[in-house]
Amino acid sequence: MHRQLRSALILLGVMILFTGIIYPFLVTLIAQVIFPHQANGSLIESEGKCLGSELIGQQFDREGYFWGRPSATQPLPYNGSASSASNYGPSNEELLGNIQKRIEALKRSDPGNTVSIPVDLVTYSASGLDPHISQAAALYQVPRVARQRHISEGVLQEMVNRFTEGRQFGVLGEPRVNVLRLNLALDENK
Amino acid sequence: MIVSSLIQIGLYLIILLLLVKPLGAYMAHIYQGERSFLDPVLKPLERFIYRIAQVNHAEEMDWKTYTVAMLFFNFAGLIFLYLLLRLQNLLPLNPQDMPALPPDLAFNAAVSFVTNTNWQSYSGETAMSYLSQMAGLTVQNFLSAATGMAVLIAMIRGFVRHSANTIGNFWVDMTRSVIYILIPLSLILALALVSQGVVQTVSGYTNVSILQQVHFPNNQPSAEQTLALGPAASQVAIKQLGTNGGGFFNVNSAHPFENPTPLSNFLEMLSILLIPAALCYTFGRMVGDTRKGWALLAAMTIVFVAVLAIVVVAEQGGNPAISTLGIDQTASNAQAGGNMEGKEVRFGIANSALWATATTAASNGSVNSMLDSFTPLGGLFPMWLMQLGEVVYGGVGSGLYGMLTFVIIAVFIAGLMIGRTPEYLGKKVEAYEMKMASLVILIPILTVLFGTAIAVSIPDGRAAVFNPGAHGFSEVLYAFSSAGNNNGSAFAGLGANTGFYNTALGFAMLFARYWTAIPVLAIASSLARKKIVPAGPGTLPTHTPLFIIWLIVVVIIVGALSFFPALALGPIAEYLMMR
Repeated sequence: MHRQLRSALILLGVMILFTGIIYPFLVTLIAQVIFPHQANGSLIESEGKCLGSELIGQQFDREGYFWGRPSATQPLPYNGSASSASNYGPSNEELLGNIQKRIEALKRSDPGNTVSIPVDLVTYSASGLDPHISQAAALYQVPRVARQRHISEGVLQEMVNRFTEGRQFGVLGEPRVNVLRLNLALDENK
Repeated sequence: MIVSSLIQIGLYLIILLLLVKPLGAYMAHIYQGERSFLDPVLKPLERFIYRIAQVNHAEEMDWKTYTVAMLFFNFAGLIFLYLLLRLQNLLPLNPQDMPALPPDLAFNAAVSFVTNTNWQSYSGETAMSYLSQMAGLTVQNFLSAATGMAVLIAMIRGFVRHSANTIGNFWVDMTRSVIYILIPLSLILALALVSQGVVQTVSGYTNVSILQQVHFPNNQPSAEQTLALGPAASQVAIKQLGTNGGGFFNVNSAHPFENPTPLSNFLEMLSILLIPAALCYTFGRMVGDTRKGWALLAAMTIVFVAVLAIVVVAEQGGNPAISTLGIDQTASNAQAGGNMEGKEVRFGIANSALWATATTAASNGSVNSMLDSFTPLGGLFPMWLMQLGEVVYGGVGSGLYGMLTFVIIAVFIAGLMIGRTPEYLGKKVEAYEMKMASLVILIPILTVLFGTAIAVSIPDGRAAVFNPGAHGFSEVLYAFSSAGNNNGSAFAGLGANTGFYNTALGFAMLFARYWTAIPVLAIASSLARKKIVPAGPGTLPTHTPLFIIWLIVVVIIVGALSFFPALALGPIAEYLMMR
């Protein structure tokens, strides 16, 4: 019994060393050498300034930008240091109330648009940081952004299509538009 | 759209099943002490570990010694992890100056990771230091998985050996699981994940400027975004491979830094079921009849595919209440559609439903979408998979020893029906095995149902409920189903970081883990002592389609009868009200 206890304690120490120190530091070392961009957060750098991460969404609600998914993080939307979802159940009245408010905001910003709103544009993402919207959600916003930016809808549609990433290897995941990248490109064209 | 979902799910199942044989055969080699291609590197390491831990690798243990060794090792790990979480503010690798965890939360988190549950009452990026994530949580991700694998291998030896008093050596089984299986696979997966964008650094959080200013609730503007970073990839890899599921960040694998692309998602999903599925082949190899292993895998896969189909259809169907608002939930080439509340665009419906089903089938509590926001049926079936006792693939090791327990019950009932002594793999199933098997099945069921009943009966239990009505009851039932079967998945609206839930769920996890592992080892020992009865004309064949169906029926009847009344109060009531 005594002997098993001693083995338990020593083996625990050895395993902490191997799996808790050596293994994570080894992965860190290799990752920092081979994939430094990805390992440090896939940051978008431009002229020495860091404009965000390719993988983390940002809040947009000005009419001249494409909007992303609603974000449930606190105290700011798209808070990259406290990911969170709404956790509203499907029958929760608050869920429907929030969706209603979002619909009103979208309609207010573009009263003439009669297309039905794509679901991802009114529902909270799982992370509160989702960098993407569907292609449908981006195309829905084209008339508003085109008007605000004085670009033709055709040019903007073409731009949305260009920024639509297909399924990975043509098979995996869903087609999507990275909202931050699209908005950065809009600002560059200005 | 629908075609694409089918292709992705089909591809997933095909690649998973193709990997079963090679990995299963490799693991059988390792556990039987045979040569493997990693020996030149790992054999000296293994010998070195035994030498400093003063372990005689040739020494055999009876079941009591094996159990004691397992318990000592687990409880030493528990105490170490508890202390680490209580003292993290004083220790290095804490760039964000995280304070110590309060006692109830540290107890809950420590129990959760040691029992392979990974229920999380805390939020990773706002509570844990990097040292706690690495030397605390990552370590137990490995060791709890290795413990489950060791107990399974001991049980398999019970079937293989005859007239024997011993069932192996816990130290050897645990050590081999970690260094030959879990570390090599984790290294490969971790680096593959980094290539996709999973972060891996020990530097602190970083600030970036944002394109459009945002405003705090008090209207103060902010032009910056703080991005939480950390050594995530190394932990995410073993979190998936060891069916642990504890996220590095609060929203787990929905977080873009934990699961950034469809490929990272595919690899993480593959890793969830990889080892539990391959262990079926390992079992077949070790008992000398691979057909027995394939039969168990077939039973698991049939239940899995059936449940998966229901969840995909339920989620793709969307939320009827949202349709009435004039929102477009139809799948097309330009959008995934369906119930997108709590889901990420890059995963859409198919990958969210597949993830939810795989993680609750295996005892992997990770999420890539928020189950609390699933449709009633989409949430019901993942919950039910946990309630079946985590035997559809299940946790690494624990899933298959749970399924073998169901096999014992299935052959026993079949034996009663045809009036013959029940036997499996030449071992007679007698009163002692049945008593122990009943404990393994009943303890989690009682833990879940009594835990839920107590929680909804007291104000502390009800106060944490977030969503109103039947859905709120589902949140509590889901929490105890998860803890009482060592899954860790959550209807995350439940505010479970309270003294009551941290303590109650902590004990539920302890009961579910050890009060089932101990009777399993007792069965192993009892079987190992028996002689092998040669198969005769009256022996029930245990690899045929008939047996596979019979096994599924037994698993489902036990699960359905135990939980139908509780499910009727939660997701079924909500489903009927929403129609």
